[in-house]
Amino acid sequence: MRTATFVLAGLLALAATPAAADNRGDAKKQVEFGIAVAQKGLWREAIYRWERATQIDPSYAAALNNLAIAYEHEGELAKARSAYEKALELEPGNALIKQNYELFREINDRATRKDSQ
Amino acid sequence: MTARHAKIVSSLAAVALTTACGGYSEIAIETPIRPTMDVSAFQRVFVAGFISGGSEDVDGNLETTRLLRSQLRTKSSLRVIDADSLPLQDVATEGRPAEQTPPTQVKDEKDLDAYSNLFANVEYWKRIGEEYQQPLIVTGTVLFTPHQRNSIVQREEEVYDSFGRRRVIPVRTYQERKGFVLSPKFIFIDGRTGTVMHSTTAREEILYNANQATPALSSYFELMDRVIPSFLSTLSSQKIKGTRVLLQ
Repeated sequence: MRTATFVLAGLLALAATPAAADNRGDAKKQVEFGIAVAQKGLWREAIYRWERATQIDPSYAAALNNLAIAYEHEGELAKARSAYEKALELEPGNALIKQNYELFREINDRATRKDSQ
Repeated sequence: MTARHAKIVSSLAAVALTTACGGYSEIAIETPIRPTMDVSAFQRVFVAGFISGGSEDVDGNLETTRLLRSQLRTKSSLRVIDADSLPLQDVATEGRPAEQTPPTQVKDEKDLDAYSNLFANVEYWKRIGEEYQQPLIVTGTVLFTPHQRNSIVQREEEVYDSFGRRRVIPVRTYQERKGFVLSPKFIFIDGRTGTVMHSTTAREEILYNANQATPALSSYFELMDRVIPSFLSTLSSQKIKGTRVLLQ
């Protein structure tokens, strides 16, 4: 019985690995398409693609980073902040995401600065 | 596995890792920034003038009024009212006992504080608003003062070695520096009600070598150039250009 449980667990693990790889593969296709359309200035389409990518693979930091950039471009600063923060949670050591986030924060702080009375 | 094989395997791994992680491209973006204040209720703006002080070489009231009007004309959707600026110092002293009269010559921030009642005078600003068809009123204070500070300055110096080769090395020296500080406070008043809607302050300074003679007026414009974007972003939307890195 114990052996059977181990075998079953092993089989499940083996089955899950290609599924995760498939997810990342599908998400990556969306990300690449998003980059291509963003470079043509089609930011709404890019957002749609990168949102799809994060739905397919919620652990895909690059997709979240790109989504944050697109939100920034569209002036949706709260959404951009949330996406950057999720990306950095997933990959805290990624220097490029950090750099994008720092640049975003500079603008965001300026936009939300409350020096009014 | 021989050392050669190990080397080949590790180089292949490095290439694979670079390919896997190195997919990135730069992209230019323009972030739209919404104005800090909602000015949709106004069609006109009246830059009413400023209480100014500091350097006697620059009339802070006149120059700031003129500069803001010209900037608003080109960079905002509001119609700029062309009228004489208001005699704000006279208004501030009107009807007040001598001991409460603010100083006529403003030298520092403390002198400006004595004028704070003027901007809170709802009846006065409401009357001005009625006179000019209820515009958004821009007023405030401008302090432009000479400034002096000793600090370490880095400059580049040419040196030649024994072979006659030229090198440029950074040299740090302690220098006396002179310049100006600009501290404006912009107050936005609702011309319909006479109440203050918003206010914003800034502080910018510029320093030159003590032996450099820079006219006060050109320093004033240089400093105002730094302040203007934030002033405009209070009233009108702006787009900030930048570059970001897309990842694969």
